[in-house]
Amino acid sequence: MKTASTKINRRSFLKVSALTGGGMLLSLNWLAACQPKEANALGMPKEWFQFNGFIKIGENGLVTIMSPNPEGGQNVKTSMPMIVAEELDVDWENVLVEQADLDTKYFTRQFIGGSQAIRSGFTNLRTAGATARAMLVAAAAQSWNVPANEITVKTGIISHKGSGKSANFGEFASLAATMPVPEEVPLKSAGDFKIIGTSKKNVESKNIVTGKPLFGIDTKREGMLIAMIVHPPAFGKTLKSFDDSKARNMPGITDILQIKSIQDDYKKTFFDTVQFTDLIAVVGESTWQVLQAKKAIKAEWEIQEAYEEKRDMLGREGIRVVPKGLESMASQEQAMMVAAQKPQTQRKDGDPEAAFAQAAKVIERSYTGPFLAHNCMEPMNFFAHVKGDRVECAGPLQKPELTEQALSSRLGIPLENIEIAMTRLGGGYGRRSYAHWLIEAAVISQKMNAPIKLIYTREDDMTGGVYRSRYQATYRAALDENNQMIAFHVNAGGLPENPLYPDRFPAGAVANYLAEGWEVPSNITTGSFRAPRSNFMACVEQSFLDEVAEAAGKDPIDFRLELLADAKANPVGERNDYDAERYAKVLELLREKANWGSSKDGISRGVSAYFCHNSYAAQVLDLKIVDGEVKIDKVTNAIDCGLVVNPDAAKNLCEGAVVDGIGTAMYGELKFENGVVNNSNFHQYRQIRMKESPDSIETYFVENGEDPSGLGEPAYPPVFAALANALYQATGKRFYDQPFINQLNS
Amino acid sequence: MAQYNLSINGKSMNVDVDPNTPLLWVLRDHLDLVGTKFGCGIAQCGACTVHIDGEAVRSCSYPVSVIEDKKVVTIEGLSEKGDHPVQKAWLEHDVPQCGYCQSGQIMTAASLLAENPNPTDEEISYAMNGNICRCGTYTRIKAAVKTASKSL
Repeated sequence: MKTASTKINRRSFLKVSALTGGGMLLSLNWLAACQPKEANALGMPKEWFQFNGFIKIGENGLVTIMSPNPEGGQNVKTSMPMIVAEELDVDWENVLVEQADLDTKYFTRQFIGGSQAIRSGFTNLRTAGATARAMLVAAAAQSWNVPANEITVKTGIISHKGSGKSANFGEFASLAATMPVPEEVPLKSAGDFKIIGTSKKNVESKNIVTGKPLFGIDTKREGMLIAMIVHPPAFGKTLKSFDDSKARNMPGITDILQIKSIQDDYKKTFFDTVQFTDLIAVVGESTWQVLQAKKAIKAEWEIQEAYEEKRDMLGREGIRVVPKGLESMASQEQAMMVAAQKPQTQRKDGDPEAAFAQAAKVIERSYTGPFLAHNCMEPMNFFAHVKGDRVECAGPLQKPELTEQALSSRLGIPLENIEIAMTRLGGGYGRRSYAHWLIEAAVISQKMNAPIKLIYTREDDMTGGVYRSRYQATYRAALDENNQMIAFHVNAGGLPENPLYPDRFPAGAVANYLAEGWEVPSNITTGSFRAPRSNFMACVEQSFLDEVAEAAGKDPIDFRLELLADAKANPVGERNDYDAERYAKVLELLREKANWGSSKDGISRGVSAYFCHNSYAAQVLDLKIVDGEVKIDKVTNAIDCGLVVNPDAAKNLCEGAVVDGIGTAMYGELKFENGVVNNSNFHQYRQIRMKESPDSIETYFVENGEDPSGLGEPAYPPVFAALANALYQATGKRFYDQPFINQLNS
Repeated sequence: MAQYNLSINGKSMNVDVDPNTPLLWVLRDHLDLVGTKFGCGIAQCGACTVHIDGEAVRSCSYPVSVIEDKKVVTIEGLSEKGDHPVQKAWLEHDVPQCGYCQSGQIMTAASLLAENPNPTDEEISYAMNGNICRCGTYTRIKAAVKTASKSL
């Protein structure tokens, strides 16, 4: 048993009443979601007693647990409360879960990003549960006049063996909520977990399958107007003027106005990326009417001059150079070729050039990855109602805390007067980290003095995104006459972002190592995309290693394990960011579970492994080619993400990552011509569909007693290469350029 | 603008809208039935799938003026208590991740099974291929359709 101090993030564990008199937390969602689970024997309580920011308990023993983070399909709305419930020792059947609003007073890191929710929330969530449990025990001890350490708690029942007394949580909820908050609370040993590690159903599934309003786009308020924007048709252009005389007189149109989302002098933070600040807003009574008027606007656009913007890059001063011009694929390629010749050295071990000079064999290969659009199924949208010096907002956000700051600055409304309800996200994948649409909605609401729901069309989003950068990498490996890898060189860069992680495998496993990176400025906005940068680097690194293993005459898993054994026994350098032993373990588990080495008629197999977001993921992908079409038979996942909180949900997340990764590797591609995005909707941007997804996906987790690490992202990057390597086995062709479908069809 | 009397989920409902308004926006904006989702607006993603006289239809591309006396069923009306065999199978397999596409997936699956209660894997893939799940829950969707098929 270990203990946790409630002094860290103490506000999370203090009684709400002591801080605000029950103000903020009791707003918006607090009461709305308090519907009992079906057939819950307890029914709804008459009164709730608040223990801390996470927990309230009814007089009948029903418990409500707040889920602090936004939910976008990672299933944190189930797994985070499970962790609280574990330490509270409540029966999961008697728990209601509710989405917390953005509230920096009580919660930390209310983010979706970096696969961090469970990892960084773990101790905090446990402490919240253990604190309330300790207060219940203290209340029982006082009432029964028995020592607290003789009291036991099991699934919501408090008992004292000596006196034979027992009661459910509800009986002491009122008194316990007034007990002093303990300074330190004991936490369970992992071996005593009863809820963590068992599969619990998604708490929202019933609402999803019956079509309940859960998403931002479902928001409706009295007097609410619909707004849409018109943005420039090309990156590198800006609004000059517009004629709305026809649109303005169309039925249902309330107003058409020009807005500026983020002011030029506002110092942007890392997530304040905005592609077009000057927009035309169309406001009206219904979506269809606004859509028609939007099409009737005649706008003139002009070339945007080059500029530089200073940005706060997560605590570091950064400058984004935004060049003038209308970019096309060919002009970008040219610029990338030039930049790749002048890279910056990011890591160097030994004497790589000398080692290459004396190599028996040198393998050199180049790879490319295109721009990608996130294409969340729920189009970008937000509700905002500015009422004087207050604003009420609701919608899907990945980084609400940072968005709130930008909003406060833009509207001139203090942070404490901004309420943000975090609705379920219809997908995020990084796109909803850049919440310029919330600012746009609020600016429109302020100007219109009305509640506004802003909706982007699919085309608005796809042609005006914050995309994944365009990347390129060249690898070289040197083998000696014994087929040992004696040198490794990676030169990687992107437009505009450098994707290189210089301290990742095989850094540390090779005596002579060189990692170089470069960037090309662009006026195309880019940003986080599921497993940022790893989603390219894993594909190319693991495709390349497959080819090096082949050149060395080695089995691809054996080849990696040899390198990892070297990295463990004799690590080169001190900055290697992975644990070679855990990396090897996940490959060994995969080899066993995928029955690697066996063969099946007509099946071609590819393997890949990667470390990112503090977790290790490895995959074997089995496919066959039937009538020229790729049929993916099976994908086997081996994952080390430490402790798994909700196994079936974790498997679901890994299955999704596999399908998403296969689809992106095979079909994902966004192209530019003179600054214009060539893909405007799903007829021009191919997403993976059921026919192309694997027939089966199996997922196995390493059990090693480690604390939980990330899971939303780690299973995504390696599958790109597992696919490329299996395609090579099936076709004899190596796949160097994404999307692979282009080469398959050529 | 024109008046329409529509049969939706077994109820008679009146709306006064432009005849070209797609059923999707009539449901979402005028009738507060928001379970039917806007995804692409051009019948490419399936998020807006509803039943019209039992057939799975993309409501984003189906103008209100051609509905006439056809019977419309949305996710809210698929079953009274959310216990249609397809909905139950979705819960059993805990299919959803973000969940946004799932009402469309369920409507397509329910229409498939009404027509073909014992579909093969290929028939399931063929029928479901018009519905994009961006989170990639296809293996669970397929498993859930098979489970629902057994309970029909």
